[in-house]
Amino acid sequence: MVVDVVLKPEISDPQGQAVLGALGRLGHTQVTGVRQGKHFVLDVEGTPDEAELQQIAETLLANPVIEDVELHLPTD
Amino acid sequence: MRIGVITFPGSLDDVDAVRAVRLAGAEPVALWHADHDLRDVDAVVLPGGFSYGDYLRAGAIAARAPLVQDVVDRARQGMPVLGICNGFQVLCEAGLLPGALTRNSHLHFRNRDQQLRIERADTAWTGSYAEGQTIVVPVKNGEGRYVAAPAELERLEGEGRVAVRYVGGNPNGSLRDVAGVTSDDGRVVGLMPHPEHAVEDLTGPSTDGLGFFTSVLTAVVGA
Repeated sequence: MVVDVVLKPEISDPQGQAVLGALGRLGHTQVTGVRQGKHFVLDVEGTPDEAELQQIAETLLANPVIEDVELHLPTD
Repeated sequence: MRIGVITFPGSLDDVDAVRAVRLAGAEPVALWHADHDLRDVDAVVLPGGFSYGDYLRAGAIAARAPLVQDVVDRARQGMPVLGICNGFQVLCEAGLLPGALTRNSHLHFRNRDQQLRIERADTAWTGSYAEGQTIVVPVKNGEGRYVAAPAELERLEGEGRVAVRYVGGNPNGSLRDVAGVTSDDGRVVGLMPHPEHAVEDLTGPSTDGLGFFTSVLTAVVGA
C-alpha cells in the first residue's frame, strides 16, 4: 500500500518554496507552485484490512492537524 | 515535591532539566520513556532534544511511547506537565496541546538568546511571573514554527491559550509569534524556548528560566 502525506493547503511549506525558488533560478518558469510531502510504501501480508490501514495513515503516518493523507491500496 | 523528567532515546536537555528542577527546590526524578511507571511524581517535564531522531515528524514517535500515554492520562486528571522544545512537539503530537510545530520558515536552525513576553501568569508553570513580564532565555530549534489552521488560531487567541510570545524578533516564523501554549485548564504548557538553560548566571544569559520550575511548586501545593 502507498500513503502520500502533504501539508494542508493553509499551512505554509517553506521546503516546497525553496524548491520553487531553485526552479525559478534554473529558468523553469512554467512551474508556479511546489508542495513537498512524504511517500510511504507499506508491505502488507494477506488481504489488506482497509480500515486498519486508514487508521495507521491517519494516526501515525500523518498529523491530521497539519497534513492531508491519501491512501492508494494495491489493485489486482 | 517530586518532578519527573522523561528521557527518550535522543533526548539532549534532560540533564539540564533535572538540574533546573533541583535548583528550583524540588526533587528531580529520572523517568525512562519505555517504562509504564511514573514513580509517584507530582509533575512531569518532557525535555528538549531529538527523540527517536525525529524520523517521522518531530515528537511523533515519542508521543506513542508507553510512558507518554501514562502522562496523557494523568494530565487529563490535572497533573502539571511542561514540554520544552521537543517535549512541546511531543505534547502536540500526543493531542494534549493544540496545533503543531513545523520546519522554521527560513529553514535554518536558529540558536540565540530570545526575549519572551509572559502572556498568562496563571498557569501551573508561569505563576512565578507577572503577566506582561519580559524575560530572556535561549531558543534553539529547527522545527519550532508554531502553526494551526486560521480558525483554530483565532479560537486559541480568544480563549487566551497563548501563554508565551516572542518579542524583539520571531526566531522561526511561528504564527502570531507564539512561543508557548497552554491547555484549557492551565496545567499543561508547551514551550519552544529553553528555560532550563537560563537558571544560573555562570551558564545562562539570565536566570529568568527558573520561574517556570518554581511556579509548579506552588501549583501542586495549591491544588
